[in-house]
Amino acid sequence: MQTQYLDFERPLVELEQQIDELKQVAGPGVLFAEEIGRLEERARKLQIEIFNDLDAWQKVQLSRHPNRPYMLDYVERLMTDFIELHGDRLHGEDRAIVAGLAKFGDRRVMVIGHQKGRNTKENLVRNFGMANPEGYRKARRLFQLADRFGLPILTLIDTPGAYPGIGAEERGQAEAIAQCLVTMAALKVPVIATVIGEGGSGGALALGVANRVLMLEYAIYSVISPEGCASILWKDQSKAAEAARQLRITAADLHRFGLVDAVIEEPAGGAHRDYEATARKVGAAIGGYLDSLSGMTPDELVGDRYDKFRAMGVFETAK
Amino acid sequence: MGWFGKIRADADAEKRSVDEGLWRKCDECGEARLAEEFAKNLQVCPACGYHYQLDAPGWVNLILDPSSFVERDPDLVAADPLAFKDQKGYRDRSRASRKKTGFGEAMLSGDGKIRDRDVSVGFFVFQFMGGSMGSVVGEKVARVFERAAERRCPAIIFNASGGARMQEGVYSLMQMAKTSAAIARLRATGQPYISVLLNPTTGGVAASFAFLGDVIVAEPKALIGFAGPRVIEQTIRQKLPEGFQRSEFLVDHGMVDFIAPRHEMRSRLALLLDHLAG
Ligand SMILES: [Zn+2]
Repeated sequence: MQTQYLDFERPLVELEQQIDELKQVAGPGVLFAEEIGRLEERARKLQIEIFNDLDAWQKVQLSRHPNRPYMLDYVERLMTDFIELHGDRLHGEDRAIVAGLAKFGDRRVMVIGHQKGRNTKENLVRNFGMANPEGYRKARRLFQLADRFGLPILTLIDTPGAYPGIGAEERGQAEAIAQCLVTMAALKVPVIATVIGEGGSGGALALGVANRVLMLEYAIYSVISPEGCASILWKDQSKAAEAARQLRITAADLHRFGLVDAVIEEPAGGAHRDYEATARKVGAAIGGYLDSLSGMTPDELVGDRYDKFRAMGVFETAK
Repeated sequence: MGWFGKIRADADAEKRSVDEGLWRKCDECGEARLAEEFAKNLQVCPACGYHYQLDAPGWVNLILDPSSFVERDPDLVAADPLAFKDQKGYRDRSRASRKKTGFGEAMLSGDGKIRDRDVSVGFFVFQFMGGSMGSVVGEKVARVFERAAERRCPAIIFNASGGARMQEGVYSLMQMAKTSAAIARLRATGQPYISVLLNPTTGGVAASFAFLGDVIVAEPKALIGFAGPRVIEQTIRQKLPEGFQRSEFLVDHGMVDFIAPRHEMRSRLALLLDHLAG
């Protein structure tokens, strides 16, 4: 994978390159040890400085970081015996959503998530994680399959949004998403959704009607992309950073509102800097919540999910 | 019923001034007719039959038995959970919309009867911020389904919405989940839900309860879809085909059960309810 970095990561990445070069010159000996130590300390402080005070727009960029771990990176690290299941049985196979059976520890589960591509070639297949109706209909088919076999469902959300195209509209994008929502609402198995990157609008929520909703620290969840919001409300795409702030799309904000249940802390510098550590934390969080739901009866699980979403919304009563 | 008389009077007054007196030209066919003719004809062009938007009180009068409508939850109004501000603060925007439309929010909901049968109904108020769905619309729609479940009667929603209320952020997104979950509960009672798609029905409203009707009915030539035509054009950098995302297109693609002209809507709904609810 080619390492890429964001503008605000640049000073850190440059410092780290400097350290690497120095280490190469120094070889295995103690040459430059003091200098290297000094630079490493500076890098550590710089990282804290940059990441302690990220604004919403910087988090948007991190959530879309080209090196960020994607759905299958988690499956590979957290699950065993994964067997992918394809197709919606109606029209086609959409590789922007990946789904399959797996073992998560000693549990048998259904795992379903959006999958982005790492490069142009992969994105031809993955469509940048933007699903067509077939993707949502595959998800729905497998929600129902999991329900029949009593398998807990783990979803991993990472999409800019449902794909806005002619074919998608012809084949009922809105209907496909709506069916996911009503199907998820009635599932009699535990469902845990984790937003690992971009939680883009209805296309994200289609995998998000869960008993517990978790978010990585630098993931975002939004009703509209900041760019889209800026062009509609500000009539100016360049106001995306401002829109990102106003929309309250960060994990911290949404947790404060009670719209997500937990924020999973990312390793220093973001998830893309340490896949193993990120996956471990995600796995631990999901495992913990699965344990806490395991005592519920099927009807209690449906009721728990209903109550959770039924309570979402803030309004006033006019006098 | 408070909003009701007022809105009619306001709307009529506005129409007169907009139409520069008595004449109104149809954007679709170019014919000029007396504005009064449009009003008498339920806002359908007397010349070409194009369906212009009928306001929510107009729908109440058209669909429900006379004097059967009892408005519910009229006092729910938007809060401002995000303290959202673009060029204007959200509180100012929603207040201005209340003043302009005479409605508390983008949804007029309540109980009524169709040919003596109880129904739980909701009508979008498109003039209120484009019929966008925030917490209040989501709450009112969820209560329409919950009342239908409680009273063991059918639910009908008349949709006209551009989608989510951006100013409420993820709260607005979650109304899609909330309303869909309420439909799941209604289904368990065996009561039908009929969704009527008016012009336009797009975005988060389309991608939740609007497309979850046991039967889905559309008005002629209504714009219906997930993404708006402009967004699609920008994404694919192509002109969209003629008639794309219109009701007739959706019927051809299997997404809508049938199209009902406005004049037949009440009788078609009554017949549907006879079949489904016995
Ligand atoms: Zn005409």
